[in-house]
Amino acid sequence: MNRPATSHATTVLYGVPEEGGKPCADAVQDAPVEMQAATRGPLRRFVKRSSVLGLIGLAIVVFWLGVAFIGPLVAPYKGGAVTSTEIFGLYSAAHPLGTDYLGRDMLSRVLFGTQYTVGLALAATLLASCVGTFFGLVAAVSGRWFDEILCRLFDALISIPSKVLALVVIAAFGSSVPMLIMVAALAYIPGAFRISRSLAVNLMTLEYVQVAKARGEGLFYIARVEVLPNMIHPMLADFGLRFVFIVLLLSGLSFLGLGVQPPNADWGSLVRENIGGLAEGAPAVLMPAVAIATLTIGVNLLIDSLHRHGARAHGGAQ
Amino acid sequence: MNMIEVKGLRVVAGTAPDPVVEIVKGVDFTVKKGEVLALIGESGSGKTTIALSLLGHARGGCSIAGGAVKIGGVDVLSLDEKGRRALRARTVAYVAQSASAGFNPARTILDQVTEPALLHKLMTPAAARAKAVDLFRALALPAPETIGARYPHQVSGGQLQRLMAAMALITDPAVVVFDEPTTALDVTTQIEVLAAFKRVVRELGTTAVYVSHDLAVVAQMADRIVVLNGGTVRENGATAQVLDTPADEYTQQLLAATRRPDPELASSVAGDQPPLLEIRNLSAGYGRIDARGVPAVRVLDDVSLKIARGSTLGVIGESGSGKTTLARVVAGLVDRAHGQVLLDGKPLPAKLSERTLDQYRRVQIVFQNADTALNPSRTIADILARPMNFYHGLRGAAAHKRMLELLDLVKLPASVATRQPGGLSGGQKQRVNLARALAANPALILCDEVTSALDTVVGAAILDLLGELRRELGVSYMFISHDISTVRAICDEVIVLYAGQCVEAGQRDALSAPPYHPYTGLLIDSVPALRPGWLDSRRALTAGALPAMGPAADSQELCSFRARCTARIDGKCNVTPPSMKKLPSGAEIRCHHTAAELIRMQTADTVAA
Repeated sequence: MNRPATSHATTVLYGVPEEGGKPCADAVQDAPVEMQAATRGPLRRFVKRSSVLGLIGLAIVVFWLGVAFIGPLVAPYKGGAVTSTEIFGLYSAAHPLGTDYLGRDMLSRVLFGTQYTVGLALAATLLASCVGTFFGLVAAVSGRWFDEILCRLFDALISIPSKVLALVVIAAFGSSVPMLIMVAALAYIPGAFRISRSLAVNLMTLEYVQVAKARGEGLFYIARVEVLPNMIHPMLADFGLRFVFIVLLLSGLSFLGLGVQPPNADWGSLVRENIGGLAEGAPAVLMPAVAIATLTIGVNLLIDSLHRHGARAHGGAQ
Repeated sequence: MNMIEVKGLRVVAGTAPDPVVEIVKGVDFTVKKGEVLALIGESGSGKTTIALSLLGHARGGCSIAGGAVKIGGVDVLSLDEKGRRALRARTVAYVAQSASAGFNPARTILDQVTEPALLHKLMTPAAARAKAVDLFRALALPAPETIGARYPHQVSGGQLQRLMAAMALITDPAVVVFDEPTTALDVTTQIEVLAAFKRVVRELGTTAVYVSHDLAVVAQMADRIVVLNGGTVRENGATAQVLDTPADEYTQQLLAATRRPDPELASSVAGDQPPLLEIRNLSAGYGRIDARGVPAVRVLDDVSLKIARGSTLGVIGESGSGKTTLARVVAGLVDRAHGQVLLDGKPLPAKLSERTLDQYRRVQIVFQNADTALNPSRTIADILARPMNFYHGLRGAAAHKRMLELLDLVKLPASVATRQPGGLSGGQKQRVNLARALAANPALILCDEVTSALDTVVGAAILDLLGELRRELGVSYMFISHDISTVRAICDEVIVLYAGQCVEAGQRDALSAPPYHPYTGLLIDSVPALRPGWLDSRRALTAGALPAMGPAADSQELCSFRARCTARIDGKCNVTPPSMKKLPSGAEIRCHHTAAELIRMQTADTVAA
């Protein structure tokens, strides 16, 4: 974990363009290729560069993000409304995804649940990654003692199993949305800290950071300008990974009944509520599980392709 | 009989429909049996690509698009995968540039050297081991019987390079391809490795292809030279002809960049102004600092020097001699254990945080590796704007104007300002690197091996630029290099470091004729001369063994070079620390020998050569 294979802090990735061969060929070079790249939209560039799998991942992620925002608006029924007499109903015109254990429309339940799952996970991931990256940077640029203290503190945190920590905290303080976000973030801050610190420590040894130090720059400037931009790509990939973990953690908590409380439900709660339908293969238990699976796979596909980009983006305009 | 025949070889990068770049554009050459052919050119000239195609291999993303490569009458390119495997087993072997990356650190050397023979089932393990030991002996490796039991990290870089050659030669290949095998080595090590290669190739009668960018090295090794540029053959001829009467314009340029005339010395500023930089009895190192204030690993030991305003001091030494640490101490990146650094006669604080903005500004450092010295995520304009804003508060139009001036000063077009370092070539990056240092209006620039990573022609252009900037702006340089010819080309004064001790300090001219310190002598003699046969004549005179010497007295102050010195004196060098001694040339050396003795020894050498 200390040495992620993603480190782009090595020099090999820089492509040196072919030289013309004239004695001062290094002094004159044409730029049009790069200019073109800069004028194309970032999305076009992304589409052009990514693999098919990356695009599928992007589509899935965009789809679920969209659902999180407009899901409640397009849902055929109200989230908690009991609309059918049939429980664990099969796919039908009125209830495309069947009905749950109380006869509620499953499609509406999933659409309403999306905002909890995606929203909670997004907020928790943002919090975890930002806090972790911040402390990682601080630890890397500041002195040995401060680094040592921070590392040991986060080591202590990392040694507590995340699920057990979440269970204890929620058992003590009760379950609420802010509490869930806090718990999920707390569980994943140490990981983000470790990765960002090791990336930053690698970058700190590079010569442009040494030059900045010798120039007399402050630590804040070094962290913000020299180090952070060069570790942002691996950190984004890490953000994606962490997002998936947090979705799974929250779904797991909900499954145990400690997550989002009824009548609201995220996908994990939906699976738990309808676990009784598992024996008959009811869509009510399958659909939220499929939703969790597609989101996780989608995010993973997307970050895998982001990752390759990160590495390539540092090779200049190739 | 032609051992290697290459006809119309074309190698391209990328596959259709992507844009295809031709790396090698139709190259022809032949090599007779037992001949050594050199492929010479700058980076990007396609020399390694051609060398690899002799093995029927193209690097990832590249493919051999056309032409024929025949080795011993077999067309390599028409072979299938299995055929090529057999070819690499018996016929062609490859020695790569970086031996340390070529060895598996987890296995012993002997295992890896004998692996090709065992893998292809060419010998029994016992026979392979015996053969390996013979090769170790032929390559002049120390302790040939037991060196194989060591792991790669237990031998030096030069030894590892020779072991790599042993690995290539174990299957008795008809052709060996050497790909820049000595580029990463120190001059003194390079000579030993070259000599070993040359002897082995000659004894075994192997046909060899030697890839290099260094004409002087090639002059020692090759019978014929093929000069490459941009994927085409510029000149193909016997070594003596290419060196003495080059027909092609590009070859002439290469030769001119190698044979540089000495520049004039800077007029020393008169008066009793304090020197710009003065270092007194500096010691520094890394690791835990003990009770006496001495760090665990001592890198610099009692170094003193002065740099006058507007002059250039060269610092020479092998890798590990402490030259980079010296620059880092001056820049404040490494703490010092003892000693003083004075800037303009005023003490310069050891810690960066205690220096004033003006002190920061006056000392700038330029690193060797331009790839890692520029922040890849910022544009050149940002990189140059920062020191101007930081030191001089320049912003907006004034900063832009100054930036264009700087780019002009380092001879870069204004269009690079909007680009990121990834879009620049190595030479361009090094110019930006210099421009960033200049943006501060410094008094002293610490240049740490600034030309070492560059091609000969590009490096020569950077040296010219440095000289020009000094004349125009009056800056001083501390110029660190392992390359004596580079130092001679730019410096007024020179100090020679060995294992952290300053063994010689003097004017540049002190390097041009004896007497000099035995270590300086070794360095100077190790620089390959640009004439064939230099290596053979030199080998004859260094064959002499080191004089025997008893156990050393327990003192930190003894001459650090005594372990390698051919002029060491038993009972003196291992007992008494040498003192600084003035030579008639004005140089000071740290040695027990007198000037007269040194002259006698060193001129005897030159006569023999």
